[in-house]
Amino acid sequence: MTATRLLAGPPIATGAETLADHRQRLGPRPRATRRGELTATLDRSGLLGRGGAAFPAARKWAAVADRAGGDAVVLVNGAEGEPLSAKDQTLMTARPHLVLDGAELAAEAVGARRIVVYVGGGHANSVRAMQRAVTERDMVAPTQLVIAPTTYVAGEESAAVQFVDGGDARPTGVPPRPFERGVGGRPTLVQNVETLAHVALIARYGDGWYRDVGSGPTRGTALVTVGGDVAHPGVTEIAYGTTVRDLVAVAGGSVDRSSGGAVLLGGYFGGWLRAEEASDQLLDPRSCRDAGSAFGCGVVHVLPLGRCGVIATARILDYMAGQSAAQCGPCVFGLRAIADATARIASVGSARSDDVAHVVRWSGQLAGRGACKHPDGAVALLRSALRTFADEFDRHERFGACVEAGRQGRVA
Amino acid sequence: MARDDAVTIAIDRIACDGRGLCAELLPELIELDDWGYPIVAPGAVPPHLIEHARRAVTYCPVLAFKLRPTATADSRASGLARQPFAARQPG
Repeated sequence: MTATRLLAGPPIATGAETLADHRQRLGPRPRATRRGELTATLDRSGLLGRGGAAFPAARKWAAVADRAGGDAVVLVNGAEGEPLSAKDQTLMTARPHLVLDGAELAAEAVGARRIVVYVGGGHANSVRAMQRAVTERDMVAPTQLVIAPTTYVAGEESAAVQFVDGGDARPTGVPPRPFERGVGGRPTLVQNVETLAHVALIARYGDGWYRDVGSGPTRGTALVTVGGDVAHPGVTEIAYGTTVRDLVAVAGGSVDRSSGGAVLLGGYFGGWLRAEEASDQLLDPRSCRDAGSAFGCGVVHVLPLGRCGVIATARILDYMAGQSAAQCGPCVFGLRAIADATARIASVGSARSDDVAHVVRWSGQLAGRGACKHPDGAVALLRSALRTFADEFDRHERFGACVEAGRQGRVA
Repeated sequence: MARDDAVTIAIDRIACDGRGLCAELLPELIELDDWGYPIVAPGAVPPHLIEHARRAVTYCPVLAFKLRPTATADSRASGLARQPFAARQPG
């Protein structure tokens, strides 16, 4: 189940691998100068984007290359605004040259004359590691480090493009999308740092090697962040198709068919599953989506037994409403109203008689009605909570009772 | 199969101010949420409503109401957001 590819080599705790050590271990970076060749390899590998949307990398590369005329931009996305995720920070801090190998390969393959490395401002160790790594090597195109704001939406690709161009890190939403018109008006490949690190290895070892690991419908390995009720929280690399039970066990926790409790998969854009459902759940984008959850950016968060899922969900929704870019009415008013009503339900004794009915109705109205997917992600999480914690919502609404007895009346 | 000239309603959600004229001009396809922002019926605009839809484009006070060729709108949605796995079935 655990499989070390990106995280092979020296221990993560020792910090950034130097360029010399990286080259000694993996050999020189291959070139991607033959038109379309690496993109075709990525297509055969099935590599999916690791920022959360799981969009096939090769299709993005082809879309940019077709439009670029040799003057594209590669935007290396290490914003990682998801509060429960640490996998991008871990990768940048420990293996910056894998990320930069991938960025250079992307620049060659799509025809880019500029590389922007976009790193979350809250991730100081990652900023330092990436900055230093860029200066260690002679980059194939002029490369600039941009510190991303520490907001949830700063990593959304149109927000990233707008920020790099001197604007606010807020999604622009309407066409053109970055692959058509991005940084400086040029077709721009916005790609998550983990995706690029996989490219660095696929370019060396091939698509067959990449697909050799993994047991679910998606092949390869993925970085995941395990947290919540486990003894050893942190970032691990797994083969796609690993079960939640096996992963949580390795992290020193327990999720099985009789354990009770719940697991949040995919982070704040993801979905809750009851422990009995989560136990045999395969960790890969297709299987998680089929189960009404999401693989997202690889978050696996175990809700401790005795904690209330309604309260946990209310906290997340309050955060998400606060992180709205405040541009679109349905997000500004609808998501805020949903968060406030859920908070009242969570805080027993304060719910209004129509709060649950409102939350149910509004949660079906928000998707697809923002410039970005922020409201979609939030209501997907809410709907998974209404399903997973149906009994808890019922107890809160009808009896004013909460499993977190000692915390009654308090949400935050 | 969509006709070549079929159009779909596309609302610029950042520009939209919730004035609600679109719902008055095209109630068959637009309803308003509790805050006055439009909820659009899915799919292409039926031929008999296209004139009304064009009127909504013209009279939207903030020019947020747009019509797009359905083929483009569909490929965008399926390609980039709604069905990211549709084209790949690793075997």
